[in-house]
Amino acid sequence: MTEMTYRQAVAEGIAREMERDPMVVMVGEDIGTAGGVFKTTEGLIARFGPDRIKDTPISEQAFVGAVMGAAMTGLRPIGELMFSDFFAVAWDMVANQIAKTRYMTDGQVSLPLVLRTANGGGLRFGAQHSQSVENWAMAIPGLKVVAPSSPADVVGLMVAAIRDPDPVIFCEHKALFATKGDVPDGEHVVPLGRAAIVRPGTDCTILALAAMVPRAAEAAECLAADHGIHAEVIDLRTLVPLDTATILQSVGRTSRVFTVEENPRLAGWGAEVVSIIADEAFYSLDAPPVRITTPHIPLPSAASLEDLAIPSVDRIVDTVRSRLEAAR
Amino acid sequence: MTTAESTDLDVRLAVYRTMTECRRFEVRAQELFFEGLVRGTTHLGTGQEAVAAGFAAAMRADDYSFATYRGHNHALARGTPMGPLFAELFGRAGGLMGGKGGSMHITSVQHSMMGSYAIVGAHLPIALGAAWSAQYRQSGQVAVCFFGDGTTNIGAFHEALNLAVVWKAPVVFVCENNRYMEYTAIDAVTAVARPAADRAAAYGLEPIVVDGNDADAVLETARRVIDRARRGDGPSLVEALTYRHGGHSRADPGKYRPDEEVAEWLRRDPIPLLRDRLVADGVAPADLDAIDAEAAAAVADGEAFARSSPEPDAAALETQVWADGGSAWRSGTGS
Repeated sequence: MTEMTYRQAVAEGIAREMERDPMVVMVGEDIGTAGGVFKTTEGLIARFGPDRIKDTPISEQAFVGAVMGAAMTGLRPIGELMFSDFFAVAWDMVANQIAKTRYMTDGQVSLPLVLRTANGGGLRFGAQHSQSVENWAMAIPGLKVVAPSSPADVVGLMVAAIRDPDPVIFCEHKALFATKGDVPDGEHVVPLGRAAIVRPGTDCTILALAAMVPRAAEAAECLAADHGIHAEVIDLRTLVPLDTATILQSVGRTSRVFTVEENPRLAGWGAEVVSIIADEAFYSLDAPPVRITTPHIPLPSAASLEDLAIPSVDRIVDTVRSRLEAAR
Repeated sequence: MTTAESTDLDVRLAVYRTMTECRRFEVRAQELFFEGLVRGTTHLGTGQEAVAAGFAAAMRADDYSFATYRGHNHALARGTPMGPLFAELFGRAGGLMGGKGGSMHITSVQHSMMGSYAIVGAHLPIALGAAWSAQYRQSGQVAVCFFGDGTTNIGAFHEALNLAVVWKAPVVFVCENNRYMEYTAIDAVTAVARPAADRAAAYGLEPIVVDGNDADAVLETARRVIDRARRGDGPSLVEALTYRHGGHSRADPGKYRPDEEVAEWLRRDPIPLLRDRLVADGVAPADLDAIDAEAAAAVADGEAFARSSPEPDAAALETQVWADGGSAWRSGTGS
């Protein structure tokens, strides 16, 4: 085990695969000597050279398209979109080209590529540099969607994403970059499509993703200590593939479910998950599922407002407690 | 020495054969559209065959082609067989892509035809990526990317040109300037007279304009820019002046074009132009007639193949979203 930050884990996961496979290359803005604006690629150019770590101009369409062209002709490229909001600039490449080409060509074209991005809020960057866009990607057939919450998962999921034969949208949460954790040395792969029970519990299930996972875990700690409520916290880790088995089994045990989502309300990932639960585990439920989300608004810049918008530990505790107590 | 003499006769005969096959295929595809066998839409390249045939003749078998939704010619020019191509237009199981792509997405990777892209501009960055891959793998391959004049006003065109030059990528960008972006004259909506060539200087590239209806001139230009890319001297941007004989798509009779203009370009049809030159260079007309007859037979055979091909199996609907062949979005494993 080695302790490292979430940000160091990004470079670590990429480096492990670059060591293993010479066809792994990466492009993006400021990823070379600058080491990335979030320092997530620090040290990589010194180790792997400018032919494998390539700085690009501010041309998201060009380099995301180039990643696709490289993937269809033998490389395993990684593209870094500095902020996930910038996916909108290259959305044709992602939604129309990358996601659909295997299907449209009936399997003639394979696209083993990863698009990494700094996702999510909490840094007071305002509405165009703070969005959680994993649900955009989730809505497009042909994209796998990953959003890790810990350094160990960053490495294990990065390795799995790079090795995956399909396009993967890899959402790194910018509010987690400074967090630390132990990462296993050597071969460490977290398969896509496997959720993790980060805290077992019996009274309710809390489903969370990325930065909402540590908040949900802290809320569960508080619910247990202060209110005698034992919540099971599940880190979905990937939205596509979605580990519905783990979700449904947990709901079967607890009979109550909450989602904690950083997405704006409408069509957030929890809406789909709750719909699956309603369809397949309705008779296991003791009460309606509850979604704890960001309101359906662009994110504000002011610290006080942004903190009100994104689900907080207090909001999770209050919502779970009041809903459970109302049922008693 | 004239252009015609500087290119060898066998290659020029192959170019003539390709052009003839393309023309006959597309004319028949249009007829079959009106019979209801070809569904959806088609964008024909009739009149523009010299660009596809001339470039294909200058390419190595493993060089990559990237085309637009007007891509039948480019697929055929790389050797894609007519039967599966017709079957794809018919939406049949025997189609190149099993009926999942259709006319606007013709792809035949085994012929290095890396796709037809239906969002204007998208494939320039993608072709650049294939060229970057060839450069990284030191394979010696070149990517050739064909697009229309309308593409020169979209951002991806400019982004791709800049990055291709910065990376010195082995890619050739070929603008098929047929004077109209869909239904609108390109000069009415473009800041410069030559929509591609006049932009070349902005990226440090030589402005190259070629008569896109002169197959010999296209072949000569193609050889020059492809050799340059293969030598490692970087990308080129070629503007080929040509004209589509029909409208933008099957829904468009093309009535916005002046009659005299259409008549003038029909007089400059690239196929009789090359045929007359070949005859002047000593090829027996009977040999060219034989090529025409063989092309007609290939079209008839291709059509018969497509007609006999069944509708796609319903099970095909949910296949090939992922590399495992399936479309599952939920994982069965618990933890």
